[in-house]
Amino acid sequence: MDNILTFIKKEFLHVFRDRKTLLMLFGLPIVQIILFGFALTNEITNAKIAVCDYAKDDASQHIIGKLQASQQFEIQSALLSHEQIGTAFKGGEIKMAIVFPANFNNDLLHQHKAQVQLITDASDPNTATAISGYANQIVMDYQNDLMQLQRLPYQINTEVRMIYNPELKAAVNFVPGVMSLILLLVCVLMTSVAIVKEKETGTMEILLVSPFNPFLVIVSKAVPYLALSLINLTIILLLSVFVLGMPINGSILLLYAVSTLFIITALSLGLLISNSTASQQSAMLISLMGMLVPSILFTGFMFPLENMPYPLQLVSHIIPAKWYYIIVKSVMVKGLGLSAIWKETLILLTMTVLLLVFNIKKFKIRLT
Amino acid sequence: MKDVVLNNIAKIYNKGTVQAVNDVSFHVNKGELFGLIGPDGAGKTSIFRILTTLLLPDGGTASVNGFDVVKDYKTIRKNVGYMPGRFSLYPDLSVQENLNFFASIFNTSVRENYDLIKDIYIQLESFKDRRAGKLSGGMKQKLALCCALIHRPTVLFLDEPTTGVDVVSRKEFWEMLKRLKQQGITILVSTPYMDEATLCERIALIQNGSIMSIDTPQNIIEQFSENLFAVKSDNMGSLLQDLKNIEIVKSCNAFGAYHHVTFKDDNQEMKEALIRVLEEKQHTNIELNPITATIEDCFIKLMEDKEWTL
Repeated sequence: MDNILTFIKKEFLHVFRDRKTLLMLFGLPIVQIILFGFALTNEITNAKIAVCDYAKDDASQHIIGKLQASQQFEIQSALLSHEQIGTAFKGGEIKMAIVFPANFNNDLLHQHKAQVQLITDASDPNTATAISGYANQIVMDYQNDLMQLQRLPYQINTEVRMIYNPELKAAVNFVPGVMSLILLLVCVLMTSVAIVKEKETGTMEILLVSPFNPFLVIVSKAVPYLALSLINLTIILLLSVFVLGMPINGSILLLYAVSTLFIITALSLGLLISNSTASQQSAMLISLMGMLVPSILFTGFMFPLENMPYPLQLVSHIIPAKWYYIIVKSVMVKGLGLSAIWKETLILLTMTVLLLVFNIKKFKIRLT
Repeated sequence: MKDVVLNNIAKIYNKGTVQAVNDVSFHVNKGELFGLIGPDGAGKTSIFRILTTLLLPDGGTASVNGFDVVKDYKTIRKNVGYMPGRFSLYPDLSVQENLNFFASIFNTSVRENYDLIKDIYIQLESFKDRRAGKLSGGMKQKLALCCALIHRPTVLFLDEPTTGVDVVSRKEFWEMLKRLKQQGITILVSTPYMDEATLCERIALIQNGSIMSIDTPQNIIEQFSENLFAVKSDNMGSLLQDLKNIEIVKSCNAFGAYHHVTFKDDNQEMKEALIRVLEEKQHTNIELNPITATIEDCFIKLMEDKEWTL
């Protein structure tokens, strides 16, 4: 027992003496959270728009006022004619232009029908759709205001409620995603490289010719990375709660428990890679290309799985990160308990047990 | 009492295409300093790895301390010390941390067996907080030896311990081995340097996976049956070429400042005959002296004899 502790201590020394890797280990989650939280966001705030108002009457001024007041829009310029719209778009300053024809209020009051034109920059289709949606809503809002004056006989009001994430914050989506990616990266990449390093430098040869149980070598190697991953998890959670303002709705204990399970899954994956490679480079390549890329693609936080062709959806079932992502979303965002996630947890558990059994069977007590 | 025994050991790599070890049998007595001498790629490391239970032999049997290398690998791993060919300690740990770590892995402590490594460790003591990766080549070897000795092994396997080490450190290293031998530790050491062979009690000369000769260095030299001459002239390059083409010369090989030559017919007239021929070929300042053979001469002769019989 004593020698296992010495071994684990040695592993911690390796980790702490490799300053660059250590910096990467703890810098990575912080950078990722900040990147996803502030830079790579697809929420619309303060989109710059231009207004071309030929009407200059009550109704158009009212709508412009509403646009101005909303958080989504910031009126960049008031244009005098259609020609200027093209120039404004080419300058790349604005995302949308809104055009009110002459006699806007007049048409509305007397013909009961008026037109307003929304021109959006669809070179980024998602933003264009979102922006025109918001603008539409504001115009509808004005229409409802008008209608309160004169009651219509039939009316359907759609009442939309966004549950779990009423503010439509992107953080709800990507924090669980970043969690699964970071844990996967640290555990798979770092463990496989650390074990293969022993093979590459030849120290594995000496360790094998010793009374130390070779499988304990692997266990001792995994322990520091389990600890580091839990620290990383805590950093991510703290950042998401205090910086991104995303609360943890479910049980924190349950969240840590399933995360530990996922970390062990990832560690066994790392072990699998280190068992079948002989150099640090190939271990790194396999971890990145074989683990990280499919995890980004098939976890569901970048690209919705429901939109994928059926065969690809089947592929996503074997990606552990996908199940962990579902679990974290359920616990953290929806505040659900174990009864709601037992199925996904069981799948993760089965994967881990299978991987571990396979690893123990494949483990080499000799050089090949 | 035999500490290490090999019977017809064979090792094949790459699905049978490379025969690294071919029918090798020898034994090492208890407390003996035994040398495995041969060039790179002769199969020395494969033999070491089979004996340290790191590789399974493809044929034959071997035992260490009477334990089978396949069946009883766990017992062997507890009792032997192994120093692989290249530096295999943790470069990011200090000298002391490395030593403590390996002591702990073998369920012992540095204090318990300090007397065994004292002579060697004293030389390292002033560097004990230095990272192992920052030590000089000779110091690294000393540290690796300390780590291999820390659990008082019964048999010590040293795979090319002096390769890449300077002449002074090499000499020191062999003196350390002699002192360890006095402590009763059986030592099996491999080296590509023929001049180190005479420092062993018995040696096995190995080439292409096969043992050519096993004996004491003295006996191997005495078995060199032919008269050997060292030849020198002003133009050594063309001298070697000319010697090879002379009818009466049996073999000639470059050895530093001289070429070593044997004759097909061993009698005194050959010597004068050779000088005459060389003078005809415009060689100047010819020297021709009878010498006693070295292990390297024996090795080359054994190699050539083997090629003749093939």
